[in-house]
Order: sequence, then C-alpha cells, then structure tokens
Amino acid sequence: MGILSRLFKTAEPGLVHLPSGSFTVDKEGATITSTLPQSFPSGHRDAISQQVMASFRAARRAHMPLNEIVIQYSALKLLARELGEGAIVFLMPQSLNQQSAVKIKKSP
Amino acid sequence: MPAQPTILLLDDDQDFLDLYREMLGQHLPSMPEVRVANSGTRALSILESEQFNLLIADLSMSKMDGLQVLTIARRKFPHLRLVVLTGIRDEQFRTRAYALGVDQYWLKPETEQEMGLFMESMESLISRESQEGFRGVQSKGLVDIIQLECLSQSSCVLKITNGMTEGRIFIQSGEVFDAELPGLTSEPAFQRILAWKTGSFETLPADPSRVRTIFSSYQGLLLNTAQAIDEAASFDEQPAAPSGDSGTPAPVQNSRAASLLAEVSQMEGVEFVLALGREKNQTQEFWGLDNPKPISEFTKETLDNFRALGERLHVGDLQQITGQGLQHKVAVAPCGNSDICVGFPAAVSQEHLRDSFKSILSKWAS
Repeated sequence: MGILSRLFKTAEPGLVHLPSGSFTVDKEGATITSTLPQSFPSGHRDAISQQVMASFRAARRAHMPLNEIVIQYSALKLLARELGEGAIVFLMPQSLNQQSAVKIKKSP
Repeated sequence: MPAQPTILLLDDDQDFLDLYREMLGQHLPSMPEVRVANSGTRALSILESEQFNLLIADLSMSKMDGLQVLTIARRKFPHLRLVVLTGIRDEQFRTRAYALGVDQYWLKPETEQEMGLFMESMESLISRESQEGFRGVQSKGLVDIIQLECLSQSSCVLKITNGMTEGRIFIQSGEVFDAELPGLTSEPAFQRILAWKTGSFETLPADPSRVRTIFSSYQGLLLNTAQAIDEAASFDEQPAAPSGDSGTPAPVQNSRAASLLAEVSQMEGVEFVLALGREKNQTQEFWGLDNPKPISEFTKETLDNFRALGERLHVGDLQQITGQGLQHKVAVAPCGNSDICVGFPAAVSQEHLRDSFKSILSKWAS
C-alpha cells in the first residue's frame, strides 16, 4: 500500500502560470470549449466561470441585465461576454511593462 | 516590533536556508535574528506566533507555493515587509508578486556583486521602522514630501496614485502652483490628495507651462488642508442618524456624504450612485435609485465573489468591474472601506465611463 501510494501519488499543485486564452461555458458554468493550456487547473477555470455566470444572474436580479463584464485585477483582466445561455471568457494577464506602457501612452 | 530586527526565510531547499541564514544573520550590519521555514504552512504558523520585520520567500515550492503564502501574509500581516527571492525568471510572476503587495522581487543572486546588492537592499528594508507612508519615499507622509520639495526650492510634478486614482501636484521653484485630480483642479484637488492616507508617488520633471492657480504659500496651504481634514474627520465621528423603521438604512447619513452625492449627481451621464459600507453594520448612501436594495445586493455579491476569485488566482487587488447591457452600463469598485456602484446610460462611451468613474472614486477616497 505504501509503495502504491508513492507510485500513484497525485501531482502536488505547483506555481500556476496564468495563460492568455479563452473558454466558453454553458449556463451552468460547465466548460464547452477552451483554448487554455491543460496546465491551467480546471478548478481555476471552473471558479472563474461560476463567478462570471453568478454575476450575470445577479445583474438580471437587479433589473440591470448585462451582456459583457470586464473584471480588472492588478495582474489579470477577465472579459466575459454572454452568448445565448452561456458565456465566453477571455483571460488577459497583465504585466508591469504593459501597465507602464499604457501610462506612458496616456501622458501628454 | 522587537529591537533586534527579525527575518523569516522561506524556501524548501535546506542548503539554501542554511546558507542564507548565515549570510543574513552574520553579514548584515543590523545583525538580524534569522528564522527559517521549509514550507509555506510552517512559515505561516511561525508568523502567527512571533513578530517579524521581513519575510523572504521563494516562489516555487510544493504543497503551498510562494504566491499563496504571500497572499495570506499580506492579508494577515499588512505591516510585514515582503521580499521574493526566487530562481524563476518570469515576468508574469514578478507582476503578480508586486500585485500582491511585495516590497521587492529578487532573482537569486548569481555573482558576488548581485549578492552585495541584495544584502544592501535587505539591510535598507529592515532598518525602516515606519509602517505607514507613501511608497517611493518610505517613512514619509505626503506632507513631509511636499515640505521637502518646497524647502529645497524644487521644481517638479508629484504624481500620487491611490488605487485607481491618480493625482498630480505641480511645484515650481519651491511653491505649489497647481494640483489636479480627475474632475478637480487647484486647491480642492490639493486638499483631496492630501487627505489620502496611503498610496504611491513618483517625482516627474517640472511642467513650466503649467498655469498657476494656487497662490497661497505652501505653509498656509498645508495648514488650511490640515484644518479641512480635521473638520471632515470630526464630521465622520458624529453618530449617524438612526435608520428607518423598515430596517433599510437611511439614505445619506451625513452631510459629507450628502455633498459628495450632490457633486456626483451633477456629473454628466451619471444615472445613479450607491456606496456601500463594508463593515458589519453596513451603511448605505445612494442617489438616483428608488429602491437601492437590488443594486446593493448585486454590488456586494459581485465584488465579494471576484475578490475571493482574485485571492484564489493570486492576481492582486480587484481594481474595478465594468459591465454593459442594452440599457445600462455599470461600474463597481472597492474604494477605501466602501464598495461603490455607479450606473450610466448605455450610450455613454467607455472612455467617458472610465474617466467619470475614476473621478467619482477619487472624490470618495478623499
């Protein structure tokens, strides 16, 4: 048993690189198609789709239906667009260089 | 904080820990006490039981990676200085580490010169005792920075960033000439910027073409501003009016919030504004809504969910969320101790929405 558990030990989660890419989900948040690499944990992808779908639902409940949501974090931008009864979600990691470039462009 | 500086070193490589414990403990001028941990969970439990000045963490570790540790450490120990020391040459991890609030990101030194720089930098970090202030010149408040610039007769532009909001103070030959924030200029902008408690700043070259709009001396200006901030604080300390019988918090509970809402309501294209206190006894202030409850629920749920997602993905602070539908556009963001939601008509351009929302956040942050 000891040997077996060593042989078939599940891989420990390592440092996850955030990919650029997109995926589509159905109304329950289940993934239909994805351009994200397999190294990106499906748990992360599911968590994103669940929150995105929950936000579209919350907006409908607030009588303010939305068909696009952009979520801006310091190091990641998510763009979610409603597609029929599901959604397409784009992941766009932000880099420090990118952020400075935008700021430089904007300055007069 | 203990008199002898203390450093916690986290890496899953025991040889590395032994080497760096000796290097930091014996070769830094301040002779810090260096503790080591070979896993994230161990590091966090040590941090719970002892006080440290500095945590130096590797990123790539099994079970709990460095980003996870840094996320938790930043949340639980906001005053702890954080340094990443890693072998990973990856721009994205550097960005994410800074987004999580680390003070410095170092690649493991490979030459004697790099090691020298690293040691100097660690010494400089642990010798800074102050916990507050503006990054850029640590241990200094914004007032100190302005006084320094004016006393030395400098000409420069101070760019101050607080969350998503960016302000500028124009200094010419030691005099404050002008200040600007989105939607605000001159002395009111100066006062707003000075009311910020934290942020980051950088000094930009002077702008000689800037037209002077502030004519008070910098001492008078700082004095007036301090007075205005004190008055605003005493306003906030007054007990809020009781809520209505229905249990719905009363709209606009203090005059400062009322004047802010009145100001925001004059902004072009703004349909409604709602500010939601994040504390247990949530206060709610709004304008332009007959029934704020659904929007308030949407704001809270959306921001809470995406904050939690951000923590899980280790991508730093949630800055803002914008949404668009056929009839409305909406922007929500955390702002100080409040969550803000602003509604716009669908016809408003993204650029206008972004600028207006920035301006509203800056008013609220002040």
